[in-house]
Amino acid sequence: MSQSSQLSTDSPSPPAVNYLNADRGVWSWLTTIDHKRIGVMYLVSVLIAFLLGGIFAMALRLELLTPGPTIMGANTYNRMFTLHGVVMIFLFMIPAIPGVFGNFMLPLMLGAKDVAFPKLNLLSLYLYWTGATLALAGMIMGGTDTGWTLYAPYSTTTPTTVFPIVLGIFILGFSSILTGLNFIVTIHTLRAPGMGWMRLQLFVWGIYATSIIQVLATPVIGLTVMLVGIEKVGHFGFFDPSRGGDPVLFQHFFWFYSHPAVYIMVLPSMAVVSDAISAYTRKNIFGYKAIAYSSLGIAFVGFFAWGHHMFVSGQSVYDNGAFAVVSMLVGVFTAIKVFNWVATLYKGAIVISAPMIYICGFLFFVVFGGMTGIAVATVSLDVHWHDTYFVIAHFHFIMVGAVIMAFLIALHYWFPKMFGKMYHEGWAMVSAALIVLGFNATFIPQFLMGNAGMPRRYYIYPERFQSLNVASTAGASLLAFGFVIILIYLIYALVRGQPATDNPWGSRGYEWMTTSPPPKHNFHEPVVITQDSHSYQEPGEEVEHVVI
Amino acid sequence: MSSSDGTHPGPRLAHHFDTIEKQDYAVRLGMWLFLGTEVLLFAGLFLGYTVYRHFYYEAFHEASRHLDLWAGTTNTIVLITSSLSVALAYHAIKQNKQKQCAALLIFTIICAVAFLCIKAIEYHHKFEEGALPGAFYHFSEVTAPGANLFYTVYFLATGLHAFHVIVGMSVLMWVLARVLKGEFSSTHYVPVELGGLYWHLVDLVWIFLFPLLYLI
Repeated sequence: MSQSSQLSTDSPSPPAVNYLNADRGVWSWLTTIDHKRIGVMYLVSVLIAFLLGGIFAMALRLELLTPGPTIMGANTYNRMFTLHGVVMIFLFMIPAIPGVFGNFMLPLMLGAKDVAFPKLNLLSLYLYWTGATLALAGMIMGGTDTGWTLYAPYSTTTPTTVFPIVLGIFILGFSSILTGLNFIVTIHTLRAPGMGWMRLQLFVWGIYATSIIQVLATPVIGLTVMLVGIEKVGHFGFFDPSRGGDPVLFQHFFWFYSHPAVYIMVLPSMAVVSDAISAYTRKNIFGYKAIAYSSLGIAFVGFFAWGHHMFVSGQSVYDNGAFAVVSMLVGVFTAIKVFNWVATLYKGAIVISAPMIYICGFLFFVVFGGMTGIAVATVSLDVHWHDTYFVIAHFHFIMVGAVIMAFLIALHYWFPKMFGKMYHEGWAMVSAALIVLGFNATFIPQFLMGNAGMPRRYYIYPERFQSLNVASTAGASLLAFGFVIILIYLIYALVRGQPATDNPWGSRGYEWMTTSPPPKHNFHEPVVITQDSHSYQEPGEEVEHVVI
Repeated sequence: MSSSDGTHPGPRLAHHFDTIEKQDYAVRLGMWLFLGTEVLLFAGLFLGYTVYRHFYYEAFHEASRHLDLWAGTTNTIVLITSSLSVALAYHAIKQNKQKQCAALLIFTIICAVAFLCIKAIEYHHKFEEGALPGAFYHFSEVTAPGANLFYTVYFLATGLHAFHVIVGMSVLMWVLARVLKGEFSSTHYVPVELGGLYWHLVDLVWIFLFPLLYLI
């Protein structure tokens, strides 16, 4: 560790005392205000949520293996896809990258000792746990069959258990707001000396844009689910057409949050890739400012695109057209990022590794998912594809293809920093290949069956779709197998892994300036930033080629 | 924000901030962002009001005539006065006048209680008349379609606002307790400022609710 931002690629041995063992006992974890420990607790929590959501997904795929009823009836199936959506979106994807890696890495990247409001940060985690517990309690009490979209008036009249789940979502919203608020203030006030805005790592820029959406959009879903809860219990008629209420208003409220929520999930993923792609090509990021500003651009236009979910809900033609055009602007900003990432790869010293496989997968999925996004944002095409598997495949390309790939990139890239241990690169590459293949096998058939007319949210289907459904289920099994391998080698790495050096990847990210794992207060000496981020070439210095 | 609000005047600088000024700036920025989320929370209800007013213009026009204009006006005056007193309390603490600050905070809290009492009386009348939301609506004087929705919006918006009055009042009580303990001075007054900001927001929401529900 040196006082400036000069980065060493090796250190003699990992520190004996670090944030993991500075205090001991469960109580020291539950009462910690250390952002790193909170990040680790988020990691464990979201992995449990991911496992749960994954089990629901596999149950859905198993049911769809045959055209008729396979392992469950219609009601169970409806509950299953609702739970899959609620768990994956609210309990996994929204908190995943900001909650885990944002918490852990953001202060390190800024050269700060903690986030601006450490106690508020712990409160966010407890709110997450409270919301998750309520949502899970609702599932145990029978679950609901509304779909994660909770469209009124069905959600206010269904006999299934809606109330605990919407209350859970309401509380999860608070957790998300407080995290975003905390990060914005942290980035504004806790940058180390020498850290100008144009020296922020791109991960920080991405988290900043995400936090703006979290702060501004989440209150609206809070209000919306509150109204659903009140209506369910108190029959206020706000969304009930039999009392003069307007169900389409519900859809506007819902998508005003839930479309930007896509960017709460995707912007951190793009942020991870922007950081990792530079590290794994050992090359300065191409188009730093373009990537940074396009994050803000996506955050901004993302607020005005919600109506593209409602092309067949009775919106005016004028609205449809306006929302379609704004939606396509998101594609422009995303394309800016993709071009810059590809330009970063060009002539880079590409390190063949599991994260690099995921990065390549991510680029393919973002382009493919993004292009089909442009397609479904086209009103005339969407009328045909609406509520078919084509849309399912499209958003899973973004939600799974982009978000999960980025989550895995982040997990592998930062694993040595977080836990001070190295994972087995060979196994990691095997599982990365399995996951990228399995993902394609799962969702490409869904594009085809959707285009051929298979609707979403049905547990039975005409026989002509069976071969595609079998292919999709086989792909999902491959995906699940890949995740199991990851779980095994990461747990093995935690227990038996080789100790990590301070900067095993030779990254120029500021978070690698400290030891692996970091000490309790992040840095042994105050940090002064003297170089730009993502700066791999210094004057007169050869680019180092790392082979793993 | 409790880590950096300075529970102990001595070491009120949290370990991760360099200077008190930066820490105070951070806390203020956090509060403004939080107020932004509150505006978005109420924005949904204002949008709902606009949509349903557009759908059911007659009913909304007629139903708003049946709100108690005197109670609403009195409450508006009460809240605006309380906003003034909380601003003066902030002004007082900046000049190290703890007693004056405490007195003004007490006056603000009394205004808050008065507001809630008047609101409760209004609610009571509405309950007696049957001017209630959705399924419970049985008010005989306004029968135009959509009148029940006016009262749905009315109770949701004023109810959420009343909840914010209670929260704001609790925040001011907590600030008052700390003022009485002598924790604040001309160099350390951020919590008074933040409590005041929150109270202004509560006031501001009402200033929009009052004309929309009572006057137009």
